[in-house]
Amino acid sequence: MKVLIPKSKPAKGAVGKTGLWRTSKPVVNHNKCIKCVICWAFCPETTILRFEDNSVDIDYEYCKGCGVCANECPVNAIEMVED
Amino acid sequence: MSIIEDKKSLSNVKVVTANEAVALAVKCAKVDVVGAYPISPQTSIMEYLTKYIETENIPMEIVRVESEHSAMAVAMGAAAVGARAFTATASQGLLYMAEMVYWVGGSRLPVVMAITSRAMGAPWILGNEHTDVLLPREWGWMVLFPEDNQEVFDTIIQAYKLADTTLVPVVVGLDGFILSHTTMPISIPDQSIIDNFIPKNTPKPYALNTEDPFTHGNAVHSNLYLEFRHNIFKTIEDSEDLVDEIDKEWSKLTGRSYGGVIEEFLLDDAEVAVLVMGASSGDAKEAAKKVREKYGIKAGVIRLRSIRPFPVKRLSKIAQKVKAIGVFDRNMSPGLGGMIATEVKFALYDLKNRPIVQSYIGGLGGKDVKIADFENILVELKEMVDGKREVEKVKWVGLDLAAIEKFLEEV
Repeated sequence: MKVLIPKSKPAKGAVGKTGLWRTSKPVVNHNKCIKCVICWAFCPETTILRFEDNSVDIDYEYCKGCGVCANECPVNAIEMVED
Repeated sequence: MSIIEDKKSLSNVKVVTANEAVALAVKCAKVDVVGAYPISPQTSIMEYLTKYIETENIPMEIVRVESEHSAMAVAMGAAAVGARAFTATASQGLLYMAEMVYWVGGSRLPVVMAITSRAMGAPWILGNEHTDVLLPREWGWMVLFPEDNQEVFDTIIQAYKLADTTLVPVVVGLDGFILSHTTMPISIPDQSIIDNFIPKNTPKPYALNTEDPFTHGNAVHSNLYLEFRHNIFKTIEDSEDLVDEIDKEWSKLTGRSYGGVIEEFLLDDAEVAVLVMGASSGDAKEAAKKVREKYGIKAGVIRLRSIRPFPVKRLSKIAQKVKAIGVFDRNMSPGLGGMIATEVKFALYDLKNRPIVQSYIGGLGGKDVKIADFENILVELKEMVDGKREVEKVKWVGLDLAAIEKFLEEV
């Protein structure tokens, strides 16, 4: 019997488009954002998109809407809105 | 074979408890990493291992953790990088460890764990029973159950062979207190025999590798999980012959054979047989001899050594010969029967001429089970064969309901 070991390589969206799980979504207010990238560091699913100038946006295909980014933002530049 | 006959290794005889036999076997298996958390009656295994590390300077790491859950997590992490891993627990400790036990089974990591059997609360209890040892049989582990201290040592070594070959982790159960704290002589084979029997350079397709990183147990979709479970099922199902082969190979090296998945005692001409696991088997064997002498009943003993793989093939062969099997379970499945009795019935149901199978439950929480109890079972089985006694769903051994009423009245 060939042994099947449940191992896997890290890959984007290994269990599918987790954005479908969301009930509310984070929205970045770019006027308020100070580009500290704290949201990027805290996001448990690495769905904060970080650009060269340290501005950020959300990868809505995979963001589960947990709200950690909105909670951690020091200037309240991220708001959770119903999806 | 007795210790005295085993002249080859007479120089290596030690008089030890079964817990020290476990520790000696773990040392001789050159285990790399041990996850350690104390719980009676297992604790002295870890104490002995610590002593060996301190006094003999062996290259083994014992990681003292904050819970059984973490003890198994340590063993899992060590096994996942290709190290040889061990842990031990019992009773409540196994229940707390359960989540990680299941993860190790699913991840196909060849960890070996000793469980010194002990009943579980409530009510709080220290005494021996086998329910805890049997639980991992549903968790993707093999489960072996030796009878005495020598066999405990040998079975730990055999367990690494079985785990490394199948990539299924193995539980070795031993009777708490009755065996774990009882002293007997054991013979320890030359280290070179053990090194050759369980080499460390077996293929390790599960081992993490920094050159080619992967993870264990990442989420899968529903279309894959059934297939992984099927693979575990088939591997364990197909291992019945392997347990026999490992026992034979060990016997060639040491002169000690235990019959593989089942030890057959006086079964050649037996009409009735009691099926039993672990230390009580000695009493059952005495009982079989006595009822042969006293009543002329052709009695034998089926000692179940392997619970996973469950020995369906061997048991079916035995069932062609005997007319009644009394399964003595030192455990229970509430409201149904003994756990092993239900499995024996499942295994034999499809046979055309299947024997009577009577479930007996007793010895829970360390309650004494005597030779006379096994004699009684064998006599009852003979009466069932002769049509003088009805088979019941479950029969209880040593049940004293008056005593419990008196206890509760006094509360």
